Amino acid sequence: MAESEFVYVTYIRTTAEKLWSALTEPEFTRKFWVGTVQECDWKVGSRWKIVVPDGRAADTGEVVEIDPPRKLVLTWKNHLFPEMTEEGFSRLTYELESKGGAVKLTVTHTMDRKDSKLVKAVSNGWPHILASLKSLLETGESLEGTDRWPEGI
Amino acid sequence: MGGDQDMVFKALAAPERRVLLDRLRANNGQTLGQLCQDMEMTRQAVTRHLKVLEEANLVATIRRGREKLHYLNPMPIHEIAERWISKYERGRLGVLAELKEKLEGDGNG
Repeated sequence: MAESEFVYVTYIRTTAEKLWSALTEPEFTRKFWVGTVQECDWKVGSRWKIVVPDGRAADTGEVVEIDPPRKLVLTWKNHLFPEMTEEGFSRLTYELESKGGAVKLTVTHTMDRKDSKLVKAVSNGWPHILASLKSLLETGESLEGTDRWPEGI
Repeated sequence: MGGDQDMVFKALAAPERRVLLDRLRANNGQTLGQLCQDMEMTRQAVTRHLKVLEEANLVATIRRGREKLHYLNPMPIHEIAERWISKYERGRLGVLAELKEKLEGDGNG
């Protein structure tokens, strides 16, 4: 078992293909992932980063495993907060599974150290971002406040 | 959506199930055996409660080799908060948070 680990499961009424696009393509991520985009060519071993609106790379890593539209595994290191940067790479896994008219999305964020500050910090953000993603795909509208980068960070 | 939230409220209505969620909150990713330790419930009762929590999506399970690990899934409770708090109260809560910050000073985290 990884030392710090959070798991988020949400059911979204959409298709796996649409959900995959929403998780990876800028025109979607900007709307629900606080104005950020992900830069990557989505191949195993490729560099991956989350870019905030002022151009800084907030998080970077590599694609470990990719099987669209079912599974994506990334390494993930934060660069905005020194205490998180020094923890090194965490691991993020998305798993998409079609169930009836919905897709079960399981997001796992782990770090091989106890009481990881990164995993704790993202545990506040993930539920809100994923709820907004669900709202965007089901209603066409993301949740208030998730379409722009928070001031002062 | 309504049906899903019925299941969440029913699952949360039992104190034994809230204890299980508290234990996962303190220590996420436990096996059934770990969750049964120091509990005043039979293994069968814990299994039954976990099933209700899992059906309500309050607990997520992941297989690691031969082990099945249980995790607290914050999404359903977040969605309830989003439904009743965020939409109507966000402005007011924001004002209260700002007031609290001003009164207590910045940077206290």
